[in-house]
Amino acid sequence: MTVATIPAPAFAIETFRLDNGLRVVLAPDPGAPVVGVAVVYDVGMRSEPEGRTGFAHLFEHMMFQGSHNVGKAEHMRHVQSAGGTFNGSTHIDYTDYFNLLPANGLELALFLEADRMRGPAITAENLENQVSVVKEEIRVNVLNRPYGGFPWLKLPPVMFDTFPNAHDGYGSFGDLEAATVDDAQAFFDAFYPASNAVLSVAGDIDVASARDLVERYFGDVPHRPAPVHPSFAEPDLTAERRESYVDERATLPAVAAAWRVPDPVGETERFLPYVVLGELLTDGDASRLVERLVHRDRSATAVAAHATFMAEPFASRGPTALLIQAFLPPTGEVDTVLDTVGEELERIADGVDEAELARVKARVAAQLLRGDDSVMGRSRRLATAEIFHGDAGFAARFAAMLGEVTAESVSQAARAMTPQRRSVLEVVPGGNQ
Amino acid sequence: MTNAVPGLAPEVPLALPTPVERVLANGLEVTLVRRPGVPLAEVRLSIPAAHTDLAVADMLSAALFSGTDSSSMSQIAQRLQGVGGSLGAGADPDRIAVSGNCLASGLTELLGVLGEVVTAADYPEGPLSVEQSRIIDTLSVAEQQPEFQVTRALESRLWGGHPYGHQQPSADEVAAVDREAVLELHRSRLHPSGAGLVVVGDIDPDQAMADIEKTLGGWNGAGPPRRMEPLPDLRPGPILLTDRPGSVQSAIRIAYPAVERTHPDNAAQHLANLIYGGYFTSRLVMNLRESKGYGYSPRSRVDHSPAGSVQLTSVDVATEVTAPALQEVIAELRGMGGDPPDDDELDLARRYALGSVKLATATQAGVANYTSALAACGLPLSWLAEHSERLRAVTPADIKRVAVERMSPDGTVAVILADGRSVTGSLSEVAEIEVR
Repeated sequence: MTVATIPAPAFAIETFRLDNGLRVVLAPDPGAPVVGVAVVYDVGMRSEPEGRTGFAHLFEHMMFQGSHNVGKAEHMRHVQSAGGTFNGSTHIDYTDYFNLLPANGLELALFLEADRMRGPAITAENLENQVSVVKEEIRVNVLNRPYGGFPWLKLPPVMFDTFPNAHDGYGSFGDLEAATVDDAQAFFDAFYPASNAVLSVAGDIDVASARDLVERYFGDVPHRPAPVHPSFAEPDLTAERRESYVDERATLPAVAAAWRVPDPVGETERFLPYVVLGELLTDGDASRLVERLVHRDRSATAVAAHATFMAEPFASRGPTALLIQAFLPPTGEVDTVLDTVGEELERIADGVDEAELARVKARVAAQLLRGDDSVMGRSRRLATAEIFHGDAGFAARFAAMLGEVTAESVSQAARAMTPQRRSVLEVVPGGNQ
Repeated sequence: MTNAVPGLAPEVPLALPTPVERVLANGLEVTLVRRPGVPLAEVRLSIPAAHTDLAVADMLSAALFSGTDSSSMSQIAQRLQGVGGSLGAGADPDRIAVSGNCLASGLTELLGVLGEVVTAADYPEGPLSVEQSRIIDTLSVAEQQPEFQVTRALESRLWGGHPYGHQQPSADEVAAVDREAVLELHRSRLHPSGAGLVVVGDIDPDQAMADIEKTLGGWNGAGPPRRMEPLPDLRPGPILLTDRPGSVQSAIRIAYPAVERTHPDNAAQHLANLIYGGYFTSRLVMNLRESKGYGYSPRSRVDHSPAGSVQLTSVDVATEVTAPALQEVIAELRGMGGDPPDDDELDLARRYALGSVKLATATQAGVANYTSALAACGLPLSWLAEHSERLRAVTPADIKRVAVERMSPDGTVAVILADGRSVTGSLSEVAEIEVR
């Protein structure tokens, strides 16, 4: 059997900072005539105010509704008329806006991102329209389907006690409907200064001329101080928490269990073994839990584990968790699955085979590289590395850092995943009835 | 401050890679594309499988990596994992397809696994029954998903007795499959004749070709592929309303005719579909989402399959606005012929279409997917360059012509999945409906 040596992505990056505090990452790659332009703001669902659940996401929608020199829907029209695509996404700890265009659209994309960095043009009418759109998005992704929001929206309130960590980041309809233009302005003022953002450009660019364009378009975005990021820390659990709910459209029992893990940013070295452990537990038919629960015991139909709630270990802060979720056959017992997970964690705690560890690391490396296949993915990853780790170059070192994780540290991580530290959420199927 | 929206720099020409192509003695059509970038390799294998029993084909796909006469499932999985790889299989009415990727340095190993399973997969009883239960369990969840439900209803309504009319087997059909049926399907249909293998990535094509000769050259080439019959014409009629009690949204699906990729009208059809509902700046999205706020992602697309092509509008809206949303969709469709686009509206869609080709072929995975999908319709990757030239020649008169011919509301087949109690009354006032 072959075990591949772990390659690192090979692309140069240049970083600099404008006087207004905007951090800039340029990553030239002449491989294809396209360019990825991403702007990441260091604000996510955790920062939205009480009574305004879902606001970070709603605000992301409002950033597409026009700005000083761009009318409603014109951002999309300009990017698409250049042959490009665009989107935005709101996460627990950040919000990103990204564009992928043929390389001749670079200047246009920089203009558009700079224009809205100076402030979106929000009207009551546009706000009302986008509240409706967001409600439809929530109906599609959460309310009208089985297992909607499981476990990423449903588990945090079991595990956490404070509003920033526990609340529903998609938002309640009541809170969304209560949002005002003034709320949007306040959110922009607090969290969207240039000094709280990273601009990242990857692809077929000339570094010197790209730098000139960045300075031309972003240089006069006013300087405003960056917000102070509060601590969202909460004490770890000392006793198991367990809840369940009935999902009327679910047909199979399901369970998610989660354990707090070290801070991905402040305690990176202690956090990384959990990333490896997640893959070792559930990536592919050779993984511990798939082999045991799905193929040997048949106590689960599918099982998946990942570090951090949205499976983005390098773009998250603490407090966060390692999650294991399983879907069971119709007559399956959640306790059996939890007990077996416990047994497998104990086996890992007793020691991990080096060959198995090497295979898992090869797989992790390949998945990271796949994220770099597209310059859009690459620009986003470079930007979040700069946001969370203060160094875009970190993105190229993730695989190597995971490669240094030792068998003993993975065992130690497994040892820490005791029943009294876990939060468990069970889905009781109400479908088929 | 710089106020004027900047123009574009001179257009960068489309740069498609030149594939290395060879047909092996056993009939396997190999297409290799060296595309440096990340040190990965993407692999796609497509095997013609018209007129197979889809329940059996689903079982075969799920258990293809469950063991051979010389390797266990764990051994196979470990070999793939060791090179950062994964392989998965799936079936549709036209083909059985294997797709995966690995570190480029491990391509030899991944091809070795692929060669071993296509020549010697053994479908051991234990793992096969695990996969059978998993398919049935997964199906029970899928059957609660509105997208799955409405697609199943639409395909049945559109294609009736044609194989495309029943693309998702039922739990009972899956439960009835035994190991002998899977082995027989493998023996009779899993052959390289007419099959296509695509490998794209940071690869050495000579080495990859030698590896493929070695691992897949001995694959038995017997058995001519059976042909899928063309799709029947659409049979317009009342809107089929499928009840989903308690649904908080209504899934509106409207199908209308399309020509295939090789038809002279294809480029105009591509652009007409974009203008109507194929991209964010389209009429449908601007109206239903950005003006009315009825839905999150109203959209229209052209589906090209080996048996034929069709256009499809998909709109998911809040239950209470089902009838007005349907009226808007119909009006926009009618507007394509009645209020056809001018030069500006057409040029915008054209530039988007030309750029999309560049974006879609800018990644290893994109080149692999496009090469494989086009090959399934008998076209080479270079077809994209020819299509781009044809897009440049389309005029507003062409758009009007294809819209009048194929986008008329009178020629559509429509299915709505919704809470019947809430929408039947209001829908009946705006359209002829048939409740099922």
